[in-house]
Amino acid sequence: MLILTCPCCGVTGEETEFHQGGEAHLKRFGPGSTDDDFHTYMFAKENPKGAHFERWRHNNGCGKWFIMARDTLTLEVYGTYPAQTHEPPKHIRDAITAKRPGWTWRAFA
Amino acid sequence: MSEAVTPLNGARFEGLATIEDAGLTGMITLRGNLASKEMKAAVKKAVGLGVPAQRQVLSGQGSAVLWMSPDELLLICARDGVAETIATLEEALKGQHFLAHDVSDARTYLHVSGAGAREALAKLCPVDLSPQAFTPGMVRRTRMAQVPAAFWLDDRGVFHLICFRSVADYAFGVLRDAALPGGEVGVYG
Repeated sequence: MLILTCPCCGVTGEETEFHQGGEAHLKRFGPGSTDDDFHTYMFAKENPKGAHFERWRHNNGCGKWFIMARDTLTLEVYGTYPAQTHEPPKHIRDAITAKRPGWTWRAFA
Repeated sequence: MSEAVTPLNGARFEGLATIEDAGLTGMITLRGNLASKEMKAAVKKAVGLGVPAQRQVLSGQGSAVLWMSPDELLLICARDGVAETIATLEEALKGQHFLAHDVSDARTYLHVSGAGAREALAKLCPVDLSPQAFTPGMVRRTRMAQVPAAFWLDDRGVFHLICFRSVADYAFGVLRDAALPGGEVGVYG
């Protein structure tokens, strides 16, 4: 069971109040992109053992989207932050580094 | 004109807690920039209350303003005053980016009261409902069994609960089951 805090309304709740919405920080490729780019965007997902970044929605609460950094092995929630960001904020990266030194996730480390 | 009725049509159950249809109530969704002075003035003019802080409710005589999300309020007023209240909001917010919409018919409004009220809700919602943690004036939107719901507690110890009209029977049913005599847990003393 994940216990997380919605960065939009500040509620700390358990995961059934929220809903997962796929991988975070995706760069989208739409009409006009190459087949390779679209294929990678559409199908090539991260599946790490360790730190992971996902989009979540507070669907039984304020209804807003946000991003959560969590650990797929220990189920620890490293933190949540607003969806209007292009990369994880420093305090989230530091929290992951404290538990998993040398972690990488796509272009982030 | 057809006569408006609530989805539960006055249903009432008395067990460990009393669950009752709150009756016809006006509800208006108001979205926009909650921090703007125009919004504050419009809410004041429409229902005579301020804009509540995050996850708070401000209550007046037959009216209330609930903080629903960073850009959304729910205004509660008399059912026959909805059109007038929306007109007041639209006039006061002219030129602003906002939405004011009558959702009275889209919602079910219940009262949950009595000694077992906290426990009945706590059986259904993943929320700490102890008297220390959940106090009057707080609004909590959460999951009630399998449906979304929002509730707040007034100064008299009555929970006011709102969910979608389409799940009215389900909401009343799960609350009734949670308050059936014999199901006491006693976790809140």
